[in-house]
Amino acid sequence: MSFSSFAEFVAMGNHGLYVWSAYGIGLAVLVINVAGPLLARRRYLREEARRLRREESK
Amino acid sequence: MNWTWFHKLGSPKWFYEISGRWLPWFAVAAVLLLGVGLVWGLAFAPPDYQQGNSFRIIYIHVPVAFLAQSCYVLLAVAGAIGLVWRMKLADIALQCAAPIGAWMTFVALVTGAIWGKPTWGTWWVWDARLTSMLILLFLYFGIIALGQAIANRDSAAKACAVLAIVGVVNIPIIKYSVEWWNSLHQPATFTLTEKPAMPMEMWLPMLVMVLGIYCFFAAVLLLRMRLEVLRREARSNWAKSEIKALLGAP
Repeated sequence: MSFSSFAEFVAMGNHGLYVWSAYGIGLAVLVINVAGPLLARRRYLREEARRLRREESK
Repeated sequence: MNWTWFHKLGSPKWFYEISGRWLPWFAVAAVLLLGVGLVWGLAFAPPDYQQGNSFRIIYIHVPVAFLAQSCYVLLAVAGAIGLVWRMKLADIALQCAAPIGAWMTFVALVTGAIWGKPTWGTWWVWDARLTSMLILLFLYFGIIALGQAIANRDSAAKACAVLAIVGVVNIPIIKYSVEWWNSLHQPATFTLTEKPAMPMEMWLPMLVMVLGIYCFFAAVLLLRMRLEVLRREARSNWAKSEIKALLGAP
């Protein structure tokens, strides 16, 4: 462990704002990249379900 | 060398089956490696003797910048395969990887700017490394826009493949920019081929993060490609029954 306390860890030697905003943006983009395809997949399957129902009721 | 796997890639159905088996492994590996790498890099790696703790941005900046460039090489390779062998899957890979690459380039630029402020005293300079990375972002935008603007799938695939192949000239420019021109940007700190320029306890968490981000890329790419395969093959029997199975229909 290179920090002696949690407060020191958060402060990152006065560079806390830079370090944490860089990691915040990085993680947010990773989450977007996972959520996007998952939501697209759900949307697609819902459309397909609707299409199948329409075809069956014909 | 046995090339059957390459020919099997021509079959979307085969790809769909095999990728379904691999995807969970990549996802688990990505979560584990990124989790370990983050904690290691942020809390346990020693601070840099010059930059102090702001250097910890390296553990997100470098893996993401690595991936941004590898992803572009992947686009060019997929483009070449698509042009030469007319493999449908190559265009799917190209179209699905481009947005991920663009996002990674964006993160590399933003984290680089955030790192530059406390280190160089400025968010941005128009030097070779930064400018060539910005060009990489625009190349990604160009490929994405081209893929969406052309309605005919075959023409779009061809146009995107050509742009991806031509644009790959930018990759060595990015790599060697810090050697060819005077740059504020520090030279490569992470390399697999030479003795690393940083001590082991700084370098190892970086290795873990780089492996993690590649696993992440593989997982997200397969996720996107599987959906695109299903979309394009929706008329074929195997895709129909797969969609029905996913919907839980009888």
